[in-house]
Amino acid sequence: MIQQILFVLLAGVAIYFFTKKVMSICRNILLGKDEPLNDQPKLRWRNMFIFALGQKKMFNNPLVAVLHLFVYVGFVIINIEILEIFLDGILGTHRLFAPILGFTLYSILISCFEILAVLVIIGCVIFLIRRNITKVNRFTKPELKGFPFRDANYILITEIVLMTLFLIMNICDSSNFTNDTIYEHFHSSHKIFFGIFSSPISILFKLDSTNNITLEIIERTCWWLHIAGIFAFLNYLPYSKHLHIILAFPNSFFARLNVIGQMENMPLIQKEVVLSFQPERAAEFPGDDAPMKFGAKDVKDLSWKSLMDAYSCSECGRCTAACPANQTGKKLSPRKIMMDTRDRLEEVGNNIDKHGMDFTDNKTLLGDYVSVEELRACTTCNACVEQCPILISPLNIILELRRSLVMEDSNVPNEWAMMFGNMENNQAPWKFSNEDRANWIKE
Amino acid sequence: MVKIMSEMFAAGESPEILFWVGCAGSFDQRVQRITKSFAEILNKVGVSFAILGSEEACTGDPARRAGNEFVFQMLAYQNIQTLNNYNIKKIVTTCPHCFNTLKNEYSALGGNYEVSHHSTFLQELIDAGKIKIKEGGSMKGKKITFHDSCYLGRANNIYEAPRKVLEALDADLVEMKSCRSNGLCCGAGGAQMFKEDEPGDKRINVARAEEAIETGASTVSAACPFCMIMWEDGVKQKNAEAQIELKDIAELIAERMS
Repeated sequence: MIQQILFVLLAGVAIYFFTKKVMSICRNILLGKDEPLNDQPKLRWRNMFIFALGQKKMFNNPLVAVLHLFVYVGFVIINIEILEIFLDGILGTHRLFAPILGFTLYSILISCFEILAVLVIIGCVIFLIRRNITKVNRFTKPELKGFPFRDANYILITEIVLMTLFLIMNICDSSNFTNDTIYEHFHSSHKIFFGIFSSPISILFKLDSTNNITLEIIERTCWWLHIAGIFAFLNYLPYSKHLHIILAFPNSFFARLNVIGQMENMPLIQKEVVLSFQPERAAEFPGDDAPMKFGAKDVKDLSWKSLMDAYSCSECGRCTAACPANQTGKKLSPRKIMMDTRDRLEEVGNNIDKHGMDFTDNKTLLGDYVSVEELRACTTCNACVEQCPILISPLNIILELRRSLVMEDSNVPNEWAMMFGNMENNQAPWKFSNEDRANWIKE
Repeated sequence: MVKIMSEMFAAGESPEILFWVGCAGSFDQRVQRITKSFAEILNKVGVSFAILGSEEACTGDPARRAGNEFVFQMLAYQNIQTLNNYNIKKIVTTCPHCFNTLKNEYSALGGNYEVSHHSTFLQELIDAGKIKIKEGGSMKGKKITFHDSCYLGRANNIYEAPRKVLEALDADLVEMKSCRSNGLCCGAGGAQMFKEDEPGDKRINVARAEEAIETGASTVSAACPFCMIMWEDGVKQKNAEAQIELKDIAELIAERMS
């Protein structure tokens, strides 16, 4: 009974704080500008199925993709087992599903979970090696120093620990497979299961009735550590890059569907330009003249989708590895753009929590987080967009920041100022007369 | 024989397609050769076409991507007025940047045209048997590599058309380390063409030239005037002008068609 009360209390606290954080993330995302992204539902479901669930782009590197799939499938499927753990915790039962499913089915399920748990451990160990020992290039970039680097390690280590606890729990519980009378005092009414890894181990170590109290203590300890670990992990998730495990789904669902070369139109400027030539077309552009703000200076000026992109980013760095500017030693890193956007958005959100909606801290994403030099290095080649496994567009943010830089701040390098001038006066980026455009015909 | 749209219009004629030449194609001496080659092909296969000449303006792509939407919208407005006045339906262009803007971005502004890039256009002509390679025109045994332009490949998913065009030449097509959707940019996009690189270890076009040198190809083929300009410079920086010939797919075809 005490264990039940403790469990419900722990679960309640964990779920309360998780929900609170999730709601604050949703609010933060909705601080962004409206962008309608719910057309073509069929295609959107397809994208979610292929890119989030199917992890299609991960398979550009099959070995990493398979390991990632182990960790992911293991993590998700073992959550079915968590349902049992959760119900056991509330009801004070022990392995509630065993009698319901029967010995064979339950044994098959548990054995599958154990196989997955072992695969998760293998995957996580290899990932730890890639990050810490072989130091894959994209994990050593400057934006990953400090918390982002530790974050990845925390997640991997936690997963290894959770899976190990799960396996130890099973070893303790399956030890009565060798002798039906062993555990009768604490779950006498239960049928026992056979675990593909746990049972052979318990048999190997001859775990039997003589040390059953020890086993019970170990089992209980593992059970509590496991579930407490899961609750802690749940609450760590929203602060971590690991949030992609959830947000990959909505993020690929709401991904922009037009060809990636297409840039978002700015109807207000279109209106101004068209009406300056043809005032009679005013009827084509209804709606009020909201005060114009060009591009994005801060996170609130970005589309809500770009803000969800930022929270979805798993900081894997495939974008940065593919970026031609980054490859040639420029400051620009698309991953840093995403991390900066998330950090700034969290800061804005915290300010709102502390000081209310209208508070301003006189900081902006452009300038305080992302530098002009970074923005200027982008060739808009879309390599980052192409690479992202969960359809994030760092380029969209870069281009919106550039718009603000140029149109709000008139912060333009000389060469571009000349280019703009030429385009306005000669209709070409170079200083040639438009009259000479067809000269090549005669030559 | 290249006709100007305004003259054709005055004579009451209308061309099958409008050849959008683009700024680089009009003014840059190296890229003019691509323009001329493509016009030559069009004439040879008997496609009726016209160019806008002095009525053509930059599509606005570099301004838009640099962040200056005003300049973009002004040029776009001007071009759409011109194109719509001439009732243009079909456009073909040798520039992927123009292609992307005309095809994907003008429609939101009231300019709706069937736009093709010359790689697709050439492929269709080859498939239809209208372009035939002359005797001795084969590039058999010659190693050639193709550079994917970002605005053709990733931006618009056109990877196969230019390669099919090269296949018609029977050349030995080899790929660079990064190709197709992983293709490395030439360094020109997003208005980079018009300014110095930001501080870094090396120029992007030099990095790209190194990839081409690695393949051992004697010809690098591109399908974008901006890529061509960047490549010319990148290959020069690596002192590889003697070993690598740079050609647009239109030039390769024009030189070898019967």
